[in-house]
Amino acid sequence: MRGVLSDRMGAALLMAPLLLFLGLAYAWPFLGVVKWSFTLPTPGLGQYKALLTDDLVQSVFIRTLRIAAIVTVVSVAAAYAITVVWVRGSPAQRLIAEFCILVPFWISVLTRAFGWVALLSNRGLINTWLQSIGFISEPLTLVRNEFGVIVGMTHFLIPFAVFPLASAMRSLDDRVLLAARGLGSSRMRTFWTVFVPMTRSGIIGSAMIVFVFSLGFFVTPAILGGGRSVMIAELIYLRIFQSPDWGLGAAISVVLVLFVGALMALLFRYVRPKQLI
Amino acid sequence: MQQPGRAAEIKAIGIGKSFGSFRALDNLTLDIGRGEFLTLLGPSGSGKTTFLMILAGFVQPTEGRLFSDGADITDRPAEQRAAGMVFQGYALFPHMSVEANIAFPLKVRKKSATEIKKRVGEMIERVGLIGHEKKLPSQLSGGQQQRVALARALVFEPGVLLLDEPFSALDKSLRGQMQAEMKRLHQETGTTFVFVTHDQSEALALSSRVAIFNHGKLLQVGAPDEVYDRPANRFVAEFLGEINMLPLKGVRSADDGATGLCEDRAVSLRGNPATVGANAILAIRPEHMSITREAAAGENGIAATAIASTYLGAATKLDLTTRQGAKVTVSVPNEIAAAALSKGNSVWLTWPAEKGFLLPDGGQ
Repeated sequence: MRGVLSDRMGAALLMAPLLLFLGLAYAWPFLGVVKWSFTLPTPGLGQYKALLTDDLVQSVFIRTLRIAAIVTVVSVAAAYAITVVWVRGSPAQRLIAEFCILVPFWISVLTRAFGWVALLSNRGLINTWLQSIGFISEPLTLVRNEFGVIVGMTHFLIPFAVFPLASAMRSLDDRVLLAARGLGSSRMRTFWTVFVPMTRSGIIGSAMIVFVFSLGFFVTPAILGGGRSVMIAELIYLRIFQSPDWGLGAAISVVLVLFVGALMALLFRYVRPKQLI
Repeated sequence: MQQPGRAAEIKAIGIGKSFGSFRALDNLTLDIGRGEFLTLLGPSGSGKTTFLMILAGFVQPTEGRLFSDGADITDRPAEQRAAGMVFQGYALFPHMSVEANIAFPLKVRKKSATEIKKRVGEMIERVGLIGHEKKLPSQLSGGQQQRVALARALVFEPGVLLLDEPFSALDKSLRGQMQAEMKRLHQETGTTFVFVTHDQSEALALSSRVAIFNHGKLLQVGAPDEVYDRPANRFVAEFLGEINMLPLKGVRSADDGATGLCEDRAVSLRGNPATVGANAILAIRPEHMSITREAAAGENGIAATAIASTYLGAATKLDLTTRQGAKVTVSVPNEIAAAALSKGNSVWLTWPAEKGFLLPDGGQ
């Protein structure tokens, strides 16, 4: 490419199809959504005012943030453990970890959600088993509540949390870890005082990705929440397709996009983009 | 300040290490004296770094035992050996300040906050880093990072300090400065230093003893002048500096030395018993050879023709060919080189009897 086209022109040409697609499929329709939020059912800021007073919308927002926060903490912690094995384990351990990370990508989100229902429902595998060994007498409510949603979302998001962590762990200089041990630090202490702090950028990147994904989750909460644990994306769906209250649905969408946008801006300020891959 | 008596004495007996089919280290037996400055010298892949890693406890030897002050430490994990270590590239903790880096080994040892503060402060002063306490390693120059690494490795008063090519990333003038500093720290702390390098001049300048490695084998250990002037074999002779090698025939032992025929001329050696057979290699360092018009009877000398010169400032390196075609290099005063070249014909190369030494013919 060099010599024929300048680097910048080449890059622009290569990115053009994607930018065109994103512009036509996302940006243009989204501008329509923004317009609705100010015009339906009557022009003005009515829908945004309603957001501030609508108890349901606010409780859903708070629930969404709470679930996203819990899912983020659990996913990143679990992903951290898997990534340590994947990046620093023996060849056999690496292979097993890689399998565990990649297989979920081959199974659709819908299949996985129903799989969790089969495991967690009142007459599902877990309750049946716990009852049969006499550990519990009444089935535990593991699904159609926040717990089920958190389990399903965490399971879906762990593989996404792995990649920023792996990138941070791979770029870490082994000699620094050896130095810590040589200076008298146990393996455990070296892990907590040297290894974990040195992968901080990976932890931040991983947490941001999981959190942002969680905010917009639809399928998993809809199935595992069973209508009782509604998250923001499901609320938008209900307002647009069932109420129908397009103006309010549009206003919630705009607020969600702005919130995610602000988080992404924060992410790129503190973490270099290449550490996310 | 550490008492010299606390320096460790290390004994390696029959140490070997294989990585799969690769033999990294073979049957190494070596005593490292209390408070000595031992340099492990050799080309890359010679086993010197493997031995250092075995001393540190990062690599487990395949066979052999390792003793420190009489205690068998072969199976002791690195964190319990209390060896200070300075790595190539320093391996500082990038997320900790200079102060926190140096305090790390003391914190691990659960020293009180007041003691840590006092000892870190002393160490920072000793290595000349006052004013940089709160900086991160990335905000320091290479030389300053090197100082932090040395301070961190010495602050807990280890019995032995292990250094893995610590100066390889520094430019030449800084290197000299850091070498002097390290020598001073060795004298001040009295700790045993084990230093790995592939730079022979660095090894000769710093150490009390040099151990030369090649292909996983320890070839020779001795004081710098000993290994330089009396190398055990051809590899050691060549690795430590430029050397001229001439075939010597009819070698015979004499009182405190040997005699033989070099290009049909009788030559003699002193202080170098001939145990190499009738044919040998006569080796002489370039700086020990002189150029003269004539060689007196009984003086060691051969005829040669000057062919090229390289001006080095203080001296000139002169390349010559002997009558029988051997290539010889000498280091001589500039005006002598000019005269030898302008004459364009035969000169004599002479050397004192005690400066030549014998190496086995042909082999290593």
